[in-house]
Amino acid sequence: MSTIAPVNQPTQPTGPEEGPATAVIKSWKVPIILGVFTVLGFLLMVVFGRTGTSTMVLSTSSDLIQLPDVLLPTLPTGIVISILLAAITGLSAWMVQTRRKVPLWLISVFAVLLLIGFLTWASADERIPVPGLLFGSLSLAVPLIFGALGGVISERVGVVNVAIEGQLLAGAFTSAIVASITQQPLLGLLAAMVAGVLVSFVLAAFSIKYFVDQVIVGVVLNVLVTGLTGFLFSELLAPNAATLNQPPKFERINIPLLSEIPIVGPVFFRQTLIVYIMYIAVAAVYFGIFHTKWGLRLRAVGEHPQAADTVGINVTGTRFWNVSLAGAVAGLGGAYFTLGSVGAFGKEMTAGAGFIALAAVIFGRWDPIRATLAALLFGFASNLQNVLSIIGSPVPSEFMLMLPYLVTIFAVAGLVGQSRGPAASGKPYIKS
Amino acid sequence: MSAAQQPTPTPAPAKSPEPDESSRWHNVFREITTGNAIISVLAVLLALLVGAVMIAFTNANVQESAGYFFSRPGDMLSAAWDAVSGAYSALFQGSVYNFRRPSFADGIRPFTETLTYATPLIAAGLGVALGFRVGLFNIGGRGQMLIAATLGGWVAFAVDLPAGIHLIAALVAGVLGGALWGGLVGLLKARTGAHEVITTIMLNYVAFYLVSFLLRDGFLKTPGSNNPKSPASKETAVYFDLLGPDYNLHFGFILVIAATVFTWWLLARSNLGFKFRAVGENPNAARVAGISVQRMYVYAMLFSGGLVGLAGINQVLGTTTSGFGAGIDSGIGFDAITVALLGRSKPWGVFAAGILFGAFKAGSFSMQAAEGVPIDIVLVVQSLIVLFIAAPPLVRAIFRLPAPGAPRRRPVPNVSQEVAAK
Repeated sequence: MSTIAPVNQPTQPTGPEEGPATAVIKSWKVPIILGVFTVLGFLLMVVFGRTGTSTMVLSTSSDLIQLPDVLLPTLPTGIVISILLAAITGLSAWMVQTRRKVPLWLISVFAVLLLIGFLTWASADERIPVPGLLFGSLSLAVPLIFGALGGVISERVGVVNVAIEGQLLAGAFTSAIVASITQQPLLGLLAAMVAGVLVSFVLAAFSIKYFVDQVIVGVVLNVLVTGLTGFLFSELLAPNAATLNQPPKFERINIPLLSEIPIVGPVFFRQTLIVYIMYIAVAAVYFGIFHTKWGLRLRAVGEHPQAADTVGINVTGTRFWNVSLAGAVAGLGGAYFTLGSVGAFGKEMTAGAGFIALAAVIFGRWDPIRATLAALLFGFASNLQNVLSIIGSPVPSEFMLMLPYLVTIFAVAGLVGQSRGPAASGKPYIKS
Repeated sequence: MSAAQQPTPTPAPAKSPEPDESSRWHNVFREITTGNAIISVLAVLLALLVGAVMIAFTNANVQESAGYFFSRPGDMLSAAWDAVSGAYSALFQGSVYNFRRPSFADGIRPFTETLTYATPLIAAGLGVALGFRVGLFNIGGRGQMLIAATLGGWVAFAVDLPAGIHLIAALVAGVLGGALWGGLVGLLKARTGAHEVITTIMLNYVAFYLVSFLLRDGFLKTPGSNNPKSPASKETAVYFDLLGPDYNLHFGFILVIAATVFTWWLLARSNLGFKFRAVGENPNAARVAGISVQRMYVYAMLFSGGLVGLAGINQVLGTTTSGFGAGIDSGIGFDAITVALLGRSKPWGVFAAGILFGAFKAGSFSMQAAEGVPIDIVLVVQSLIVLFIAAPPLVRAIFRLPAPGAPRRRPVPNVSQEVAAK
């Protein structure tokens, strides 16, 4: 088994959400983690509290329905939120004591409260544009979500996909060239999918046909694509930037009515075509994996290929085509770099997004919806830093940049814990 | 996309009809043609061939002469030959021996450069390989190197100690820094089950921003300078030159040889190494046999991080002694993964792979300077080498070599077992 799919360790108590509903194992992990965050929040918001008034701007100037700004007195808000956090921590401790399951929504409420508290603290006597913050978060999360969806499909069918970074980069590169030559962003989008599929073909051929360890192929493919795109960029794109590296970007499309909903509208429904494709992709992948014949077969092959083979499913074929599909989805995410956000292609422009997407897959426990939420969290955390650096946050910017990664470590260590991947993920299927 | 991305899935001649030949010569021939060594050599050749095609196709002279290919095909062929041979001879002369220099002492300098570049690659490659043998995938080389450089670098520029002792103190601080940053991952995995792939990636970023902050506003900041760069390491801590001041090769190379011997001893001869390998082969069986798998994860990540830390401290005390920035790792943490894969996670294999990649690195600079071929071509060649080596049936099919003999009835996953098994 590869190193990506974690070991199933029966002797360890599993996380509270993972235990079977009938016998909840007493695990103090959640209350302890919540307690630590409560103390940290208390220290920050009350002990080192700042005085003043924080302003949350809820509407953009172009909105039809204008919401008033929310004014929060900084220190009192911090005190109230600290009390609420302590209450939730106590509640979770009581639930564990009485062998109840700590529900996920309670943890979510805790996280949101902590976030509001932090934002209020950081923006004393400043204004935070909430729609802008969320809009930027979604933009940063789009390639991560596509990459994570590709990862989910590929790993669910039993092939570990470390090559997400390579698929994103190949998609970005190809879409830039094709869209520049044809001046058609749609064709660029198509080319990005083809490029992602090509990378997937190599991954599939080596891991399914030649039984090479999938993590190895993935890592090496990332290097290969980085080298290829870097080489071609220096030799072809850089000297001919005007003809080969000036792709037209997608225009923003405002969806009528929906785009006028306060807060939600500007964030979700004034986006480019790629983002709308992303909404459809998330829903389609979720529905497909859990509610269709295709998804059932895909999961069967990923969990127990031998059983799937016995009932007549073509394991090799299923794996091959679904890994290719995963490449196409991830390639779309690459196109977002060149056709959606940045514009021209640059060397190694994905800058590790593929690895973050991989983390989102594992963080989201190989579930398309959860992985999307994890990707959104990463996007939000990165954009929070951008916004706070503009209003001049009291925290050094490096620590703000570090925050999403620290939160991930805490979350993975404390809340997700011993997440289990698809059982056969990473194992080549050798028909005997 | 080049042809390299789509290897033709030619079926491997898995069961070619074999004549029942008992002649010794025939056996020797089979040994040579089916062994790992020949596959490795052919893999390198194939990868260089693909690289040659890429160089030829993107060369301006070749593209020009391709326009009238059908009237004078010789022009294009000779232009292609010039481009490829020029690039590869520059690669060779930049990494092994420069024939244009008069004396041997000057001519061999490129080879010492190769060894200098290979030094951190080998150290970090050993760390990643050790992780693989225990079934752990350490992508955290970058973070471990940065923390090692921070602690070791701080000792090197801020502490006053006599020569020799200072070097040892800085070295120990660096290795400890890497070991701690790696051990943290092992501890998280053992205690909470957090997946090491996630935690190492996340800790890379944490280390990067931490070091950036320290360089800008912390104890690594050079007094009176706004550059995010640390002060220079003191002379008493810097690695001494092995071949005199004319060459860059330094004491770090000796340390790396020692590290290779140590890793070999640890894995092959020690009690702990036996447990490491047992956990890597099958953690469930190891647990049944009474080995504490959790504890092995922590120890393995400590050693792995320490070896990667050796690479980090090498950067500060050997390569860039004039002060370092947040990019001091220069991607070695990721290169180390390919080095470990090419070396098949065996200490001496990693050593050889590190020298090969060091040669590519040293040669790529002279190739870019002399022929204008972008350095990135080396990444392509390196990754293709690993791909081809990982799939012997593909190489055999391309060169029509016989498959290994009867004992192997079915294709075996040809990666090191430790990586595959877990």
